[in-house]
Amino acid sequence: MSSTVAATGTRHGTLGTSASRPDGVAKVQGGFAFSSDMWADNMLWGATLRSPHPYARIISIDVSGAYAIDGVTTVITASDVPGKLTYGLIVQDQPVFAAIGDTVRYSGEPIAAVAADHPETCQRALAAIKVTYEVLTPVTNPEDCISGIAEQIHPDGNIFRHQRIISGDTSIVGAIQVEGTYEIGMQDQAFLGLESALAVPDSGGVGLEMYVATQWLHEDRKQIADCLNIPEENIRLVLGGVGGAFGAREDISLQVHTALLAMKSGRPVRISYGREESFYGHVHRHPAKIWMKHHADTNGKIVKIEARMVFDGGAYCSTSPAVLVNGITHTQGPYKCDNAIVDGWAIRTNNPPCGAMRGFGVVQACFAHESQMEKLAAAVGISPVDIRLLNAMETGDRMITGQIMDSVAPVAQCIRETDAIPMPPPMSSTADLRTIPGGTGLTAQPSNIKRGVGWGVSIKNLMYSEGFDDYSTARCRISDGVVSIKFATSEVGQGFTMLAQQIARTVLGVDDVFLDTIDTQVGSAGSTSASRQTWMSGGAVQAACRAALEQLFDHIATKNSMNRSELEIDRTDIVDRLTGQRVAVLAAIQGVDIDCTEEYHHPATEDMDENGQGNCHVAYAFVAHRAVVDVDPELGLVKVVQIATAQDVGRVLNPLSAMGQVEGGIAQGLGLAVMEEIIVKDGKVSNPSFTDYLLPTFLDAPVVEMVFIEEHEPKSPLGAKGIGEPPCISVTPAIANAIRQAIGKELPRVPIRPYDICL
Amino acid sequence: MPVLIPRSVDELVEVFQEHPAAKLLAGGTDYMVEVNLHGRKPEIMISLRQVKELSEWSMRASQSRITIGAGVPYADMEHGEIARLVPALAQAARTVGSPQIRAAGTLGGNLGTCSPAGDSLPVLAALDATIHVIGPEGTRDIEFADFMVGVKRNSLQPSEFVHSVSLPIIAGWQGYAKVGTRNAMVISTASACLVRDSDEGIVTIALGSVGPTIIRAHSAEAWLMKSASLRAGATLDPSVAEEFGRQVALESRPIDDHRSTAEYRRHAVGVLAQRLLTRSFS
Ligand SMILES: Cc1cc2nc3c(=O)[nH]c(=O)nc-3n(C[C@H](O)[C@H](O)[C@H](O)COP(=O)(O)OP(=O)(O)OC[C@H]3O[C@@H](n4cnc5c(N)ncnc54)[C@H](O)[C@@H]3O)c2cc1C
Repeated sequence: MSSTVAATGTRHGTLGTSASRPDGVAKVQGGFAFSSDMWADNMLWGATLRSPHPYARIISIDVSGAYAIDGVTTVITASDVPGKLTYGLIVQDQPVFAAIGDTVRYSGEPIAAVAADHPETCQRALAAIKVTYEVLTPVTNPEDCISGIAEQIHPDGNIFRHQRIISGDTSIVGAIQVEGTYEIGMQDQAFLGLESALAVPDSGGVGLEMYVATQWLHEDRKQIADCLNIPEENIRLVLGGVGGAFGAREDISLQVHTALLAMKSGRPVRISYGREESFYGHVHRHPAKIWMKHHADTNGKIVKIEARMVFDGGAYCSTSPAVLVNGITHTQGPYKCDNAIVDGWAIRTNNPPCGAMRGFGVVQACFAHESQMEKLAAAVGISPVDIRLLNAMETGDRMITGQIMDSVAPVAQCIRETDAIPMPPPMSSTADLRTIPGGTGLTAQPSNIKRGVGWGVSIKNLMYSEGFDDYSTARCRISDGVVSIKFATSEVGQGFTMLAQQIARTVLGVDDVFLDTIDTQVGSAGSTSASRQTWMSGGAVQAACRAALEQLFDHIATKNSMNRSELEIDRTDIVDRLTGQRVAVLAAIQGVDIDCTEEYHHPATEDMDENGQGNCHVAYAFVAHRAVVDVDPELGLVKVVQIATAQDVGRVLNPLSAMGQVEGGIAQGLGLAVMEEIIVKDGKVSNPSFTDYLLPTFLDAPVVEMVFIEEHEPKSPLGAKGIGEPPCISVTPAIANAIRQAIGKELPRVPIRPYDICL
Repeated sequence: MPVLIPRSVDELVEVFQEHPAAKLLAGGTDYMVEVNLHGRKPEIMISLRQVKELSEWSMRASQSRITIGAGVPYADMEHGEIARLVPALAQAARTVGSPQIRAAGTLGGNLGTCSPAGDSLPVLAALDATIHVIGPEGTRDIEFADFMVGVKRNSLQPSEFVHSVSLPIIAGWQGYAKVGTRNAMVISTASACLVRDSDEGIVTIALGSVGPTIIRAHSAEAWLMKSASLRAGATLDPSVAEEFGRQVALESRPIDDHRSTAEYRRHAVGVLAQRLLTRSFS
């Protein structure tokens, strides 16, 4: 099953063309229903009461005041949870609501929820709930948890996972050594479509239907069913219109609360977060501290890497153990390295919980190793390009986990092709001041500005790891001349619905492909994360379409006396290769009834042992970034002028979409490099709004010059690799390296703040 | 909640006097955030949009002053005649928010809110603007220096509103610069407006976001008058600009918060002062 779909020219709408998105026009024109637009007759509004304290014991909760308010129908607390009291993706340690006698462990932890006739009534009801706390001193420094001096803040302890990697000969010492301690701030996914869910209970009170913006319908359903103590079959989850995800919708946020309110009130309930609540309602990118020491020979060849990584997971586990493993297994970056000692920690603190975000642990590791590569180049006395080419990983290399790199690994090609992209013209002395650092603030003249160039190259694992079978399911039906595809794959804006149509058009030779509702009435598709859906759900859709095609061939061969084994699709016809006889697919599918459901499983992976050895990842993708950045050294303001990038994509399935992923990822990586940070002080977030959590604007966005390296990946069903995460990973250190080069400072932390540069 | 919609200044005076607790609403770009995000619940509101006179501006050549109505949106200051006559105001206006905000936000709203980060305010301070205010007792003129009295506090009396702002047309150079962590649509962490009246040989400079109010760096201004010729045709010794920046920084009174540090703000405002002064000579 490793052959790729035969290219059938460039019939518009098939694979390889910039087919348009089925939801595109509606989204642009404002007609698309996002989950926050949903409405049901007789609907109540729900809202959540959250702890203002990062760490406190709950002495009492008095909800009587809320019930006294007209229009309030339902109030729920921990004692109203009929099933499992906790949820979580890996370990179920996050309480649905913090209970009396127990502690709240982060600022923003849910304590109660209300349902009422109007959002305003909800707000009044929340204000009327009286909670008394014994405020405790929060544990906010992960190092205190490692050393053991911190109070244990959860019965499971303060350490989510400790994992080391020991590889090769650890006694080797390099002639050249460079080291550094790097810090990565807490980034938010900052999707635009805020969390929202609508739960509609059935009349019998045994189940419900839920519309929710999520990344993984089946996983949500499992966790909701456990907490509600009802069978999964009694819940139908339908994907509500999703406005971006980036990892923030992988965990449960409002799903269980909404479902509980609906079950208890017997009426439809919708909860929609506002922007501020969203900052408290979902997990963020792990802040991390990483020490790395590279040993190299005098030519610059890496002989050993030592590293220690500490990821602050915040109050609850979420995906911290998996994020940690991604971090430590990517210590070496896209470079050859035989010998390594890596010590990794994922820690529980009273800071906001952290989990999945685009890049998933690799962003942090990459910032460290790419900062190191720049130092190594300087220590050896060769260029940033040459040090990377010298060490570039290739297919067949053994990695520090013992796993053999068996993906296409065009690392050197990524670097060379990026290097070949022309540099932007130098800044003109008459440049529009809005286009130089400071932008519309008009703070600088061109003469105040220095320009720097920096590099970043990365490797990213694709799909889930460590033995997880994150399969995908798809169903293809041909009924009365209509081809329809069904899957539970979350369309979060990445364009999977468009891709599914492209695959079906290509395999089946039809133009019109109907997409069935995305819900749990078909098998799981796994999560829209880990750069996996094109590979996994794409693989499932292709398999289902192919299975349907086989049945169609059976049917048409019999009906039209064609040679069954010689049939193939040529554009929109079925052709008998032997006789040349043709039947239009559109004619062939009239009157047939075919229904095929297929699962796609990736090759199995395994757990790692105590020394971090094991084939834990499925496949890898690579990318190189070169950043040209203008810096105002006196004010510390920057403007990223150009990002040049060559990305290993296997195969471009939709050029416009591929470009969108690259440009968007670069903007997100730029955000982490110079502005995006959730600022947490003593466990409390001080900037939970877009006034102070700054995202790049159009004037901050660079020109992006991109090249796609299309060496088909034989392991991938479509020959394509996931392209969602790589663009945001090495662009961050590339920008940091450019700023360092411009001003000659170490700048070991991102986001780089103006005062880091100029003071 | 009632919303009153007066259609003339007289009507406005009348309804505001009748309802002193009413909240004035101009572009709503500050106040609606208060309502939607911070739970402010006004009992009664007065919309200013239909008071045409507030959205007008005029120039009296004899007095070489321009008068800008409180309801003129930033979008109208960015380009055209106002921008030509008061370029620093145009530059400040261009830094405010996004096009949508600039289409709605007004000078009156910036003065009503009176935040130390309000972008038009350093321009008004550096140009010694006069604020025309109308209230139950009639009209009064307040110098900008007396108008802003603290963080988000001004000297308006109950039922008084800003009618317009009058600014001198200066022969010479003027400019506004604003530091933020993003290249557009950002709250200032430090800003400065410098005006060089080359007829009079005077430089004024006002600082934003580095103190509880907009700060005029009077000592630095005085030092500069003594240390350099500021008239048309004069040249500037770079060391004078540097010392000027240092002195301006000393007059700032910044604080640490989640947006930046006091140290950076002080430093940045000094750099801005030095650069703006240098620009005024080039
Ligand atoms: C996304 C966004 C970005 C922003 N960016 C900036 C920025 O970069 N720089 C900046 O300075 N500001 C910024 N602001 C704040 C705001 O846009 C400005 O302060 C604007 O000048 C407010 O004007 P308005 O007409 O919208 O005021 P409103 O919100 O209508 O009113 C603000 C206050 O002034 C009072 N008021 C209004 N008119 C009068 C009057 N004639 N007399 C007396 N009181 C009056 C109101 O009662 C209210 O208290 C931003 C706001 C938003 C939402």
